[in-house]
Amino acid sequence: MSINRIDRIIDKYGCEKGVLIQLLLEIQRELNWIPPEAIIRINKRFKIPVSEIYRVASFYTALSLKPQGRHLVRVCAGTACYVRGGPRILDSVERTLKIKAGETTEDDKFTLETVNCLGCCALGPVVEIDGQYHGKLSSATVAKLLSKYD
Amino acid sequence: MIDQGLKNMELLQSPSDLEKLRKSILAKKDPNAPAIAICVSTGCEALGVKSDLKAFEEQLKKHGLEDKVEIRETGCLGFCEMGPRIVIYPDEIFYFQVKARDVPDIVSKTLMNKEAIERLFYVDPITGKSARNLSEIPFYKYQNRLLLDSNAKVDPKKIEDYIALGGYSALARSLYEMTPEQVLEEVKKSKLRGRGGGGFPTGRKWESTRNAEGEPKYVIVNCDEGDPGAFMNRALMEGNPHSILEGLIIGAYAIGSHEGFIYVRQEYPLAVENMQIALEQAEKYGLLGNSILGSGFDFKVKIHKGAGAFVSGESSALMTAIEGKVGEPRPKYVHTSERGVWDKPSTLNNVETWANIPIIINKGAKWFASIGTEGSTGTKIFALAGKVNNTGLVEVPMGMTLRDIVYKIGGGIRNGKKFKGVQTGGPSGGVIPEQYLDSPVDFDELAKLGSIMGSGGMIVMDEDTCMVDVARYFVNFLCDESCGKCVPCREGLKQARKILDNIVTGKGKEDDIEKLKDIAEATSAAALCALGQTSANPMLTTMRYFKDEYEAHIKEKRCPALVCKNLISYYVDPAKCAACTLCSRNCPVNAIEGERGKIHIIDQAKCTKCGTCFDVCPPAFRAIRKLSGEPVPPPILEKNRWIKKDKKGAAN
Repeated sequence: MSINRIDRIIDKYGCEKGVLIQLLLEIQRELNWIPPEAIIRINKRFKIPVSEIYRVASFYTALSLKPQGRHLVRVCAGTACYVRGGPRILDSVERTLKIKAGETTEDDKFTLETVNCLGCCALGPVVEIDGQYHGKLSSATVAKLLSKYD
Repeated sequence: MIDQGLKNMELLQSPSDLEKLRKSILAKKDPNAPAIAICVSTGCEALGVKSDLKAFEEQLKKHGLEDKVEIRETGCLGFCEMGPRIVIYPDEIFYFQVKARDVPDIVSKTLMNKEAIERLFYVDPITGKSARNLSEIPFYKYQNRLLLDSNAKVDPKKIEDYIALGGYSALARSLYEMTPEQVLEEVKKSKLRGRGGGGFPTGRKWESTRNAEGEPKYVIVNCDEGDPGAFMNRALMEGNPHSILEGLIIGAYAIGSHEGFIYVRQEYPLAVENMQIALEQAEKYGLLGNSILGSGFDFKVKIHKGAGAFVSGESSALMTAIEGKVGEPRPKYVHTSERGVWDKPSTLNNVETWANIPIIINKGAKWFASIGTEGSTGTKIFALAGKVNNTGLVEVPMGMTLRDIVYKIGGGIRNGKKFKGVQTGGPSGGVIPEQYLDSPVDFDELAKLGSIMGSGGMIVMDEDTCMVDVARYFVNFLCDESCGKCVPCREGLKQARKILDNIVTGKGKEDDIEKLKDIAEATSAAALCALGQTSANPMLTTMRYFKDEYEAHIKEKRCPALVCKNLISYYVDPAKCAACTLCSRNCPVNAIEGERGKIHIIDQAKCTKCGTCFDVCPPAFRAIRKLSGEPVPPPILEKNRWIKKDKKGAAN
C-alpha cells in the first residue's frame, strides 16, 4: 500500500480542525479500505491517538477496516424496500455470491453490504452496485444483474 | 457557457446588481424556445435516464438541432415511480417512463412538428384516462408544491437558473431592508417548526443561539437523512441547492453567525456534488464569502460528509461528528443552540426547514402562516412509499388527512389489496391503523396517535404486511444503530429484539406482550437521546392497534399476513398447477419435484421458504399458496399427477 498516496490525501486536508472523518472517507474511496498503515500515518502527522482513529473508523459503516472486493454491492434494507421484498433480494444476492452481508467473495470480486436507505424508496427494492442504482428488482432479476459483472 | 459568464462577472455589490443580473439572464432566455427538461436525480438514474440523455444528444445532432434545443438536467419532480420523466417546452408536455427507444419519436414528432405522443402520457391506472398536463394527474393535483415546484424549473448546477426565478432576492431583502432582529421576528411570526422530526419552533431556536454567549456562532444544515423511507432532503439538495443555501445565509444573518456547515450523508453523492457546485457559484457572484452583496456581512460554509451512522443525525451527535469525532449524542442539559460545535452556540436545522426561509421572507410570515393548521404552518414534504399505487415525494399543506394522502394522491393500495396501516416518522415513528385515516397530519395530531411526523417518511402497508415483523424490523434497525452509550437504549432494545425474534419464529410466550411493553416504556423514559426515547413507538403502536396479530403469532403460531418465514409453508395447489416447470427450474435448493405435464410437489424438508416459486408462478395460474397455522396437505397420489395428453401415458 503506497504511503505516498495516503500522504497526498493527508496533505490535501492540511491541519484543519475536525478533518478526521473527511480524511478517512477519502482514503476509503481511494483505497477501498482503511489499511493499518493509513491509521499509523494519520497518527504520526496529526498526533491523533491510534485508539481514537480506530474508534472513528470502526463506528461508521462507510469505513471498512478490511480490504473490499472490486465491486461493492449494497442492498437497501430501508423500510420501503423491506415491505416490497427487500429481504428476499438480499437472500438472493447472498445465495448467488455465496457470502453473507458484510463479507467479501474469495476471489475478491464482490463485497456485499446492506445499507439503511438509499433514498430511492419509490423504486424499491433497490440495489446499488459500484455507485450505480438498480430499482424495481426481483430475486430473479438481481441474480441476472450480478452475472454481468466480472 | 456559465464559466465564461462567471469570469466576466464582477462581484454583485447591491440588490440592484442582483436585479440587473436577473434581467440580463432573462433577456437571454427565450420563453418560447424549445427545451427538454430531464430529471437526472438518483431515482430516474436508477431507471436508466442516462441512456435517454445520450439518445437525445444523438438525435438532436442528427437533425442539426443541437444548438437550437436546450437540454436542461433538472432535479426530482417527485413521481419517481413513473420515471424517467421529461418535459418538453414551451408547450409543457409531460412524458413518463421514457425509454431511449422513444427518443427518436419525441425529437421528430414533438420537437420538430409539435405533435404530442399519446403513448408517453401518464395514464391514470384507475380511470384509464391519459393526462397531458400535471394539473390533470391526481398525484399532482392535490399537492401544494411550495418547495418542490422549482425543481422542474432549474438546472441545479446553474445558479443563473435560480436567480432567474427570483433567487437570492430574499437574501438581498434581508440584508438591505431588514435588521437581523426583524428577520428573526418574521420567522417567529411564521410559526415555522423544524422539519427534521422534532418540530421545535425554528424562530425560538435561532433566538436562543443569537442570545447565547460565545463566539463564533455556527449555523448547520442537517442533511443526514438517515430515516429509512425518507428522501425529501435528497431531492431538495440534489434539485435546488441554492434555495437551501439562501435560507442558511439569511439564518446566519439573523443569528449573527459567520460560519456554517452543511452536513450531508455520503450515501448521497449527487447531493454533495450539486451543493459543492452551488457554493462555488454563489461565492463567485459574491453571494457567499466576504461582504455579501456589498452589505458588509460575511459568511462562509463548509460541507461535511457523514460516514453512515443513523444516530449521527441527532443534533448533538451531528455536531460531535463535525468536530471529526465519533458521532454520539451527549446529554442536553444545555441545548446545542447554546453550546454546540466546539461548545459554541450552534443552530442546526433540517434541509427542508432552511428551504422554507426564503419563501417566508419573500411572501411574508402572515401569508406562510395562512397555509396549514394553527399549530403546524406551511407545507410538508412526505415520501410516500410502500404498497401504494403512486409512490414518490408529495408536498401538501399541513393538516391534510392521511386518507387524502393515501387515496387521492397515492391512488390507493396496489393490486386491489386491503389497507392495513401507514407508518409515519421512520424507525422512531408508529403505525397508524385504518380507523384513524381521517386524522389530519400535523405535528400534534400524529403525536396523539402515538406516532411522530419525523422527517416525513410515510410507508403504506397492506394486508400482506405483518405488523409483528414490522416492529421487529424497526427494533432491529434501532438496535443496530444504537451507539451503545446509554444502558436503557443499548440493553433495552437488545432484549426487545430477542423477544420479537422469538415471536416471529414461533417461540413466543404468553407474557411476551407485557414484557415488551415494560421494556419499551422504560427505554423511552430513561434513554439519553431521541433515538432511544422514541424507540418505543414502533412497538407500542403495533401492540396497541394490531394486538390480534401478536396473539396469533404467540398462541396459534400463525402469521396472519403470511410473512414470517418460520410460521409459513409453501404449497403447490394441484388443482391450479399447469406443470410448466417454471418454479422447479428457479428453485435455488431443488426442492420442487415435477416435470412438464406432471404436477409439481414441494419437498417441505428441503424448502428454505425463499419465496422464489411464489414470485415466478405465472399470474394466470397462481398455483403456489402460502399456508400458516394449518398443516400442509399431503402430496397428491403419483398416478393423479399427469395432466393433459400425458394422462394417457400415465394410465398405461
